[in-house]
Amino acid sequence: MTDTVSSADAPAMLGVRGYPAALEWIARRAEAFVIPLAALVVGMVLFSLFIAVVGKSPVQLYETMWRGGFGSWFSIQNSLSRGAPLLLAALCVALPARLGLVVIGGEGAIVLGGVAAAAIGVALSGAPSFIVILAMGVAGVAAGGIWIGAVGALRHYRAVNETISSLLMAYIAIALMNQLVEGPLRDPASLNKPSTQPLADIYRIGNIPGMEVHWGLAVGVVACVLSWVLIEKTRWGFAARIAGGNVRAAQVQGLAVGPLIVGFTALAGGFAGLAGMLEVAAVQGSANGSLAAGYGYTGILVAFLARHNPLAIIPVAILLGGIDASGGLIQRRMDLPDATVLVLQGMIFIVILFSETLYGRFKAFNPDLWQRAS
Amino acid sequence: MDATGIGLWGVPLAILGGAIRVSTPFIFVSLGEAITERSGRINLGLEGTLVFGAMTAYAVAVMTGSPWLGLLAAAAAGLCFGLFHGWICKFPKVNDIAIGIALMLFGSGLAFFFGKPFIKPKAPNLPAIPFGAWSDIPQVQAALDVNVLFLIGAALSLVLWWAFRNTRAGLIVRVVGDSSDAARAMGFNPKTVRLVATGVGGALAGIGGAYLSLYYPGSWTERISSGQGLMAVALVIFARWNPLGCFAAALLFGGAGALGPALQSVGVTQGYYLFYAAPYILTLIIMIATSSPTRSLAGAPGELSITK
Repeated sequence: MTDTVSSADAPAMLGVRGYPAALEWIARRAEAFVIPLAALVVGMVLFSLFIAVVGKSPVQLYETMWRGGFGSWFSIQNSLSRGAPLLLAALCVALPARLGLVVIGGEGAIVLGGVAAAAIGVALSGAPSFIVILAMGVAGVAAGGIWIGAVGALRHYRAVNETISSLLMAYIAIALMNQLVEGPLRDPASLNKPSTQPLADIYRIGNIPGMEVHWGLAVGVVACVLSWVLIEKTRWGFAARIAGGNVRAAQVQGLAVGPLIVGFTALAGGFAGLAGMLEVAAVQGSANGSLAAGYGYTGILVAFLARHNPLAIIPVAILLGGIDASGGLIQRRMDLPDATVLVLQGMIFIVILFSETLYGRFKAFNPDLWQRAS
Repeated sequence: MDATGIGLWGVPLAILGGAIRVSTPFIFVSLGEAITERSGRINLGLEGTLVFGAMTAYAVAVMTGSPWLGLLAAAAAGLCFGLFHGWICKFPKVNDIAIGIALMLFGSGLAFFFGKPFIKPKAPNLPAIPFGAWSDIPQVQAALDVNVLFLIGAALSLVLWWAFRNTRAGLIVRVVGDSSDAARAMGFNPKTVRLVATGVGGALAGIGGAYLSLYYPGSWTERISSGQGLMAVALVIFARWNPLGCFAAALLFGGAGALGPALQSVGVTQGYYLFYAAPYILTLIIMIATSSPTRSLAGAPGELSITK
């Protein structure tokens, strides 16, 4: 071993402060895990208090939640199915967040992506199935991409606040879907619940072999991994982080901030649109009001919980999918309203945002502040 | 003249009546948001406050039989939400916009949680003053049935407009909103001023919610608000943080919201959903038209994160 460190009898590599390098390495990275996890726990404890105050047993609640979300193979599959659209919906928030944008209208892109996919699927009926499914995917991505890309363009070229405009556009998208589904695209046979014409079975997306979970889960995981590579390993991701930190600095460096913003928001919207297409092709079989199921809004929470890290989105989406999946069981077993899950999500959300104030405050996570080891 | 057969005249009349009816929650929420934003902070959570205020007002009115107690309770609940937002934003690195989004979800969730038993029972409504009593045409009477909260809202916007210019409190809020450093130099604590401004803003949003559940549409459901709280935030920007502008903009939005039902009442059913979206589209168009990438908005508080 080369003698670059001061204490000659040190068994392992030591960092500049005289502690094992591995310890410093862990300490630097631990903050990003410990603080969100602690916030999650605090949120759940606060929710226990809330449940106790309204006169129910928190222990029974978490036990029911566990059983409904992860207690059996059946419930795990249910959680994975509900987590699948959340993966893509969360990317719709996480990608623009790299540029410092808070986009919260993913619901609109999901809805329009679903409608576009259903319209293409019906229009092309008769063609080979892989062509139709591919075309549906392209249509969903395009519809969502244009919708959220427009939010990014308005932000950059007109300085329209993206948070408000994206949510307004979500309301407009839902109205547009209602108009299309009630009017030109309506299947006359759908009486109580206006829907587009059902897709033929060969154009439906099936389950992953051996599971009762559709392929959307795999698509979502791949999308998260690719997004992580894009953000962390490519020059576009690097440019986006610079532009998100300081637009002027990015412009001084000659970065084309406008195309960067439009590109990232369009990609984000494309993922959400894909989620809508998967809802249609794998779950609903047609486009209808069920597309606006709130995945876009839960996706916001997923992205913030994952601190906009695409890889962290995967476990967080499955966790929240599980909480979502247990909602029905909580309602039946404990006689609590179905909004119970919303209250829990809201509490966790607030605590997570509050925990932002804690970063950089703990000496344990910052080896630069450690005292030199003797 | 046949009293019911006023034909197409019914459309502008219904829009006028609708503008008065629909605009009232916008007036209160936007005035509340104007106070908050003038102090340099933005509270997107007013949507959640509105829904929770609607539920609280309805529940208290059902239990006590008094809509006024319901109104008071909604204002108190709104105050709590506003103070909570103001308190949590006092901590460094906490993002006021993100906290607003979280409170939007949390307020709605809490309202649905506690509001479930109150979907069925009927609450007493807030009273309206029949300014249309002189006419014997029912549509005119319906259009001019003006709720007292609308009148209070109109008066409040006038008072706030005056107060921002002429009172010590109004000037303190504006100083804090324009520059934290200047405010500190003058001996005011920006955090405290913003806490109070966000609290008052929340209370006004709660009153807006009470109007929804206790007058128009006048019942408590989980779909009671369709983004009014959020549109009000956009409306404040359009109104240039001027309370009188908020009042005028709220009337405009109310009219846009009344367009769909008014056309439906005379038998136009084509494109119903698109007319329903008119207020959102109008908001978006106005935001695009009034924003500019090269200059900051006239009248914008300097400390406001949304316009930086």
